[in-house]
Amino acid sequence: MDKVTGFVTGVNGNLVSASFSGFVRKNEVGYVLVGDERLKGEVIRINGDTASMQIYEMTNGIQVGDKVELSGQLMSVELGPGLLTQVFDGLQNPLPKLAEKCGFFLERGVYLDPIPNRDWEFTPRVAPGDVVTAGDAIGSVPEGLFTHLIMVPFDLTDEWTVKSVREKGVYNVRDTMAVLENEKGEQRELTMVFSWPVKQPIRCYEERLRPDETLVTKIRSIDTFLPVAKGGTFCVPGPFGAGKTVLQHMEAKNADVDIVIVAACGERAGEVVEVLTEFPELVDPRTGRSLMERTIIICNTSSMPVAAREASVYTAVTMAEYYRQMGLDVLLLADSTSRWAQAMREMSGRLEEIPGEEAFPAYLESVIASFYERAGKVRLKSGEIASVTIGGTVSPAGGNFEEPVTQATLKVVGAFHGLSRERSDARKYPAIHPIDSWSKYKGVVDMERVEQARSILKRSNEINQMMKVIGEEGTSAEDYIIYQKGELLDAVYLQQNSFDPIDAACDPDRQVYEFDILYDVLTRDFVLEDKKEIRAFFNQVRQEFLDWHNTQFRSPEFEAQEKKLKDFYLSKVQG
Amino acid sequence: MQKVYTKIESIVGNVVTVRASGVRLGDLALVGKSYANVIKLNKDMVTLQVFSGTQGVSTTDPVRFLGRPMMVSFSDHLLGRIFDGAGVPRDNGPALTENMIPIGGPSVNPSKRTVPNKMIRTGIPMIDVFNTLVESQKLPIFSVSGEPYNQLLSRIAMQAQVDVIVLGGMGLKYDDYLFFRDTLEKSGAMGRTVMFIHTASDPTVECTLVPDLALAVAEQFALDGKRVLVLLTDMTNYADAQKEMAITMEQVPSNRGYPGDLYSCLAARYEKAVDFEDAGSITILGVTTMPGDDVTHPVPDNTGYITEGQYYLKNGHIEPFGSLSRLKQNVNGKTRSDHRALMDGMIRLYSAYKESLEKKSMGFAMSEWDEKLLKYGHLFETKLMDLSVNIPLEEALDLGWEILAECFEPNETGLKTSLIQERWPKPSAQE
Repeated sequence: MDKVTGFVTGVNGNLVSASFSGFVRKNEVGYVLVGDERLKGEVIRINGDTASMQIYEMTNGIQVGDKVELSGQLMSVELGPGLLTQVFDGLQNPLPKLAEKCGFFLERGVYLDPIPNRDWEFTPRVAPGDVVTAGDAIGSVPEGLFTHLIMVPFDLTDEWTVKSVREKGVYNVRDTMAVLENEKGEQRELTMVFSWPVKQPIRCYEERLRPDETLVTKIRSIDTFLPVAKGGTFCVPGPFGAGKTVLQHMEAKNADVDIVIVAACGERAGEVVEVLTEFPELVDPRTGRSLMERTIIICNTSSMPVAAREASVYTAVTMAEYYRQMGLDVLLLADSTSRWAQAMREMSGRLEEIPGEEAFPAYLESVIASFYERAGKVRLKSGEIASVTIGGTVSPAGGNFEEPVTQATLKVVGAFHGLSRERSDARKYPAIHPIDSWSKYKGVVDMERVEQARSILKRSNEINQMMKVIGEEGTSAEDYIIYQKGELLDAVYLQQNSFDPIDAACDPDRQVYEFDILYDVLTRDFVLEDKKEIRAFFNQVRQEFLDWHNTQFRSPEFEAQEKKLKDFYLSKVQG
Repeated sequence: MQKVYTKIESIVGNVVTVRASGVRLGDLALVGKSYANVIKLNKDMVTLQVFSGTQGVSTTDPVRFLGRPMMVSFSDHLLGRIFDGAGVPRDNGPALTENMIPIGGPSVNPSKRTVPNKMIRTGIPMIDVFNTLVESQKLPIFSVSGEPYNQLLSRIAMQAQVDVIVLGGMGLKYDDYLFFRDTLEKSGAMGRTVMFIHTASDPTVECTLVPDLALAVAEQFALDGKRVLVLLTDMTNYADAQKEMAITMEQVPSNRGYPGDLYSCLAARYEKAVDFEDAGSITILGVTTMPGDDVTHPVPDNTGYITEGQYYLKNGHIEPFGSLSRLKQNVNGKTRSDHRALMDGMIRLYSAYKESLEKKSMGFAMSEWDEKLLKYGHLFETKLMDLSVNIPLEEALDLGWEILAECFEPNETGLKTSLIQERWPKPSAQE
């Protein structure tokens, strides 16, 4: 096929107009040739014989008349073994390799192969004569902890007959592993790698299921009060300094999933560096191996070209869907979706589209919705259950949740973990607001008792507001106890010390166990004389509880402390 | 051969258009005598932004394209020099033309960054002790017009233990420019300083070039192995200049008139802060004045999402509350064994002092404990918080212990016993 070519007719920021002859597809990838550099871009609008392209690189130096090459391919990522443990930019360029080639700076126009050129031990799963279709495994290779399936590319949706397949053995990732033929007699050679357009969801599964299994994060306030489900979605909006990124890193470390993909989208480079230096040294308690072995990092930090920021979240979710096809549970953490929305806004402005609220494009909501909808728990053709869970942070301007990105996100997610400045100022971490936030998923503790605990928290909060007006003296002892119960729940259960080696990760068993006792304290009536005694009593309970958190679950110290705690509060129980 | 175009098609705001060919985006041109850069191409229409404004520009003025982007000279001769926002000398010295480097270069590969771990000593206790500045950190100073933020910056410029200081002034009052120049000359710090100064009366476009010039120069110094501190004042003026230009260009405004790419603009500049492996580093301190003392205003708000903490400068001192250096825990564990504990302890007591002060102002009776706190708060504010205090970290920590000993019994401080035994000033040493 001849390549369609054209030439530049105009440049405005990272938007390049090109005149072309021949046919052009919307969203296909093109290159602008500047000197000996090839700058990647995507066609986002076609009008007559002019195509508007957003360029993923800095556009300085482009002049009218520069040659443009259109590839005929949609913006795609390469899928194959060797993606895990890597660090990519938004266009799937491996950053460490780029650094080897270009040094300190990100030179534009350099695109490297994202799939490491190495050999894998291939085990076939089909024999000549078998009939296969998109998503079926023709074989597998061991990739770190996982059995990486080599699948029929997802666009081969007809029935294909296996003509030949390689025997078990060691092959290069780009070797032909099998040859397929369809009814029309067309043949396709398969390697271990194929590409897939990032903006198209991968749908090679039998059916989508309801997300009904809790995704354990070992964070008490999430697992018990604001749970996330495998295959579900959640968002974490919060003002700057409220601890969004720290919370996401905790989730990335502790989440009970097979693979974690971290998409650092338009945020600080320093935070990515922290993950890069910290994760290889941390041990995944599920497998005993380095956390990095289950992690892929996509980073397009705030100073990297804006258009690639938009691509980065799609690159990440496509990889997540790819690993889901292998029967794995994948968690995608995107930090921050606001930066992605801002990238869309910049582009929309350059295209001179009619702006919506705060100049965001009118299609903001539908784009956000279709992104989150790519999450899901599915039953694969093999009968295995697998999932992609998406959690996105939102950085609302001024910390005000009424802005368009937060509101559009809230419409489509299943759980809302709103971070509050007040709580982070008071050093109450994680700063998830326990009353404003909500979740539609099932948690590790039965919901009825959790609801009751939450209503105590709400009531306590109301009493606290009231006390600010009428003072402690004007509050009845009964109300004061409810207030103290709410404070206790907050201090010993919702707050969690992410720096304490034991408290940082609270297993679901332990959460159920501790919640039982906490619930008992919350629902009992106590005989307490006056406010001074009430305060002293709850201070003591809190102290005993916190000491209990610092003991290893089910160790002798744990049991001794539990007895101490129980003996203390039961001594004051009515009757 | 340079072609000269003599027919300007339109002049709007600071922007002119001419019909020309063979022009690249970002190229520099001369419109009359003023520099301009190419910001948009549409067929043969070239849109240029004129640095010194378009006042008096005639449609017949010659436009000459120089065939290269905006550049700045880099060499050790820069030290001690002062330039304006177009890179032209302000100090009657010779123009520098050797070793020209482009400005606004590509960003650093995240995989080549290292975790920041070196402290920058400033001699200001509120920074060194309580919110330590770390090499390669980017920190804004959130302040309000009228506060002595430029005095603070000049103190840091004089005292900070770095190799090179690059000062970028945006929309500075002329007096402030003279203040910086005179203070740095008098203190002898000028010899390691480069200044790029845009004053309030200079053309708007030049204001937006100052950070790029300053950071391009800083980057080269850092690659040469120097530890560079970039001081920018005031980033709100920079954002306002961006706003002014965006609106002239008929861009759709997003929030309070600021352009939609404000975040990206600010981030691209602040993210230049870096610690190069086997070379130097860039640290950025930028003043951001908050219009109406409102931290949710788009400029401080976007800045807060980009930077690694912030200093609040209010009522003439750096506020202990709200101010935060996100990287301080990377360094304050290795300075002195008592650093972290003393920092936390003193802040806790200062916060108790604030409560007592509030009680006092509401007319409540003061207990003995309150009186102690009031004394402590007074000493803390005069001996440590005052901006004119200039002592090394170790002395500041010792001073902290002295203040505690003067006001409290050891067990009232909430500090660990082992630490108190080690550091509590002996009574004999006190008098």
